[in-house]
Amino acid sequence: MNTPACTDLTVLDLVPFGQTGGEARFFALRLERPQWADWKPGQFVMLRPAGWALDMLWARPFSICRISARDLVIFFQVVGRGTARLAQLRTGDVVHVWGPLGNAFAMEPDTPTLMLAGGIGIAPFIGYAHTHPKPWNLWMDFGHRMPLGCYPFESINEKIMADSHHEEGPEDLSRFIETMGRRMREFRDQNGLVLACGPTPFLRTVRSFALEYGVRTQLSLETRMACGVGACLGCVCRTTEQWPDPARAGGNVQTCTQGPVFWAEQITFDDETAAPPTAADAPVQACER
Amino acid sequence: MIDMHVTLPGGLHPLTLNNPVMTASGTFGYGVEFTPYGDLTRLGGIVVKGLSLAPRRGNPMPRVAETPCGMLNAVGLQNDGVEYFVRTTLPKLPWREVPIVANLYACDPGEFGELAAVLAAEEGVAALEVNISCPNVKEGGVIFGQDPRQAAKVTEAVKMRAGSKPVIVKLSPNVTDIAHMARAVEDAGADVLSCINTLTGMGVDINTRKPLLANVVGGLSGPAIKPVALRCVWQVAKAVSIPVIGIGGITSAEDVLEFLLVGAHAVQVGTANFIRPDFVFRLVDELAALCERMGIEQWDDFRGTLKV
Repeated sequence: MNTPACTDLTVLDLVPFGQTGGEARFFALRLERPQWADWKPGQFVMLRPAGWALDMLWARPFSICRISARDLVIFFQVVGRGTARLAQLRTGDVVHVWGPLGNAFAMEPDTPTLMLAGGIGIAPFIGYAHTHPKPWNLWMDFGHRMPLGCYPFESINEKIMADSHHEEGPEDLSRFIETMGRRMREFRDQNGLVLACGPTPFLRTVRSFALEYGVRTQLSLETRMACGVGACLGCVCRTTEQWPDPARAGGNVQTCTQGPVFWAEQITFDDETAAPPTAADAPVQACER
Repeated sequence: MIDMHVTLPGGLHPLTLNNPVMTASGTFGYGVEFTPYGDLTRLGGIVVKGLSLAPRRGNPMPRVAETPCGMLNAVGLQNDGVEYFVRTTLPKLPWREVPIVANLYACDPGEFGELAAVLAAEEGVAALEVNISCPNVKEGGVIFGQDPRQAAKVTEAVKMRAGSKPVIVKLSPNVTDIAHMARAVEDAGADVLSCINTLTGMGVDINTRKPLLANVVGGLSGPAIKPVALRCVWQVAKAVSIPVIGIGGITSAEDVLEFLLVGAHAVQVGTANFIRPDFVFRLVDELAALCERMGIEQWDDFRGTLKV
């Protein structure tokens, strides 16, 4: 995998998406293109504006949406203090960026591939759809709560077969879940591949279908991170006995360096379904790392 | 031009650092994670993630939370275990060029001794740092670092099995009198003290009504704790005759000099490593430049010269 680097990149522009009136909450951030040798869809970057004081120490992780000859694009939704402040970036501001980080989605050009995206989880699929050598083998089902115009859905829809599902009430949600299950069975029958990115409850549903129907499925996890390089151990997820390295099966692995993309059967969202704690997991007082 | 090297006197083999800027345990992985971002051999020393005898899975998620000018963590010492470190990780580190300090974590003095023995046998380990901010499971869970007798017991146990390796004891600030703790540990044979570990804290969410950490309470670190750390280092440096390594909220070359001014021989940079992964490498350059600007030519001329 490509070697990451930490560089300072200039903001080209920050484009709000899809709001009419009120405060914008969805943005495409365009940065000057980093001098990376390579990157792969599914990888992410850590961003911290150079102008941030010490009141917010952490950078924020974002999937790489797209990299062109001119720019690096990420897509974000304002969900907290960090993203609210990122939304104040202006053209010419400098941002510390390290990446490309993490692994990537499986890319099997001849395999029928279904992308399942929930909300802002659509971001990495833009790069995936645009770099896929045989886009006619790609399909997408996109579930979203905010109006469709808030998301960069059009840039996917122009490239591949994509359906969107607006979730306005509980009945829409159960319909979307039903659709996802049916689609995953269809792709299983074609020996296909399923890729999913979105909020954890969404990924939990996709994972349970993947296991129930026996379809090859990868999940891109969304989690809080402090460092992005594997040091802080704040972004770990729990592995199952299927994890390839026996030393870490049933343990914790960093989402930033071992992920963010995982095979559905190799991780679990439920601590209680994993192996019970061992004697080595004696109670720990809080104040240490 | 200042010679950046610094020697921590005492012990059978004094610990010589490339410069006073080390990395703090738990914030720099095992060092190897940062090789894409800088040359590890330019650091003063690397203190690796806390090691226990057996691998530990650590605490449930969420384990970290950002707070104003700092962060809370309750990672719970997730690590691969000392055998894995010695066999797999240590050979990948440039230990001939940069001192590698192993941080030890155990739950009773006997285990601490066993850990020390394993690490003392490793040529690639320059020194041992003892994490005494852990509960003594055999003594009802009392924190070693909050009871001078228990802290002394751990220090003795490690010292006994550490061979020629200098033993650094990392003090907790969560005590009434840190100087008292420092003296107890010095009397028990510690070669060097490092302070401070994190301050106990917590965060809550009024919407979900849940704590920010699954462990409910955690350790506060970052610039928010720097004044506390500076006070502790000052008190400890006055109380003991062994060298002190200052830790707590360092984010600039000026901060490094502040810790040296109150008596520290060296410092460890922790949470700032999360600001950007090349942070500590840049800090080494900035420190050299600052010394040049300020006309500091020898660490000995500057250390502990606070005018009070």
